Amino acid sequence: MITVSADPLCSAEILKEFECRMDHAGAVVCFSGQVRPKAINSDVIALHLQAYEPMTTNGIRSAADAALERWPLDGLVVHHRVGKIKTGETIVFVATASAHRRAAFEAADFLMDYLKTEAVFWKKEITDQGEVWIEPRAEDYKDRDRWTSNKASAE
Amino acid sequence: MAEILYFGRMGDVTGTFSETCTLPPSISTVIDLRRWMDERFESEGSFLESTIRVAVNNQIVSDTTPLSDTDEIAFMPPVGGG
Repeated sequence: MITVSADPLCSAEILKEFECRMDHAGAVVCFSGQVRPKAINSDVIALHLQAYEPMTTNGIRSAADAALERWPLDGLVVHHRVGKIKTGETIVFVATASAHRRAAFEAADFLMDYLKTEAVFWKKEITDQGEVWIEPRAEDYKDRDRWTSNKASAE
Repeated sequence: MAEILYFGRMGDVTGTFSETCTLPPSISTVIDLRRWMDERFESEGSFLESTIRVAVNNQIVSDTTPLSDTDEIAFMPPVGGG
């Protein structure tokens, strides 16, 4: 299941529902991304996320399909927020399920690298010092490139 | 009339998120539009940056792609969520 929405995310509820639905899987991995309260030289008040539909959801769906093809997954969920997201709130939630843990860990990691560097979102940091658009860092691109330069194994 | 969308920092350059406008007859491709926008908003090259991608009707396109006055055209700085 994939959603892109301005509605708040409750990680515990989503995880509980996913675990129930994936009760035949041996491994469930989840990642929750939250708004950090500190930027380099300022205090963060909120993030503002823009998306461009249907490009945003279509892109996430393609990344999910790539994960399902690459790892033996029983299922996955990706939820991403748009609009204003306050410090401490959840921006993104990803969960994967598989018979064994390695595939679930790697697929969740792969999906997060996609979301950080290729998903069609624009992110503005609203701080006590002003507002600034945040673009992926070199490390984010390096993380993403692991999946093409050195194909990880699910075994 | 074309619908033009300015995402991320391009919205700060233009002062708006979107507008509908009639493209001048001199604009036939994406690179023509980039140059026109750069002059129009005095953006000192922002519209010409290679990291600013252009999507036409929800597809990323190259600078040589032809444009029509009914297109939805988006200027897209580097993306990233999470």
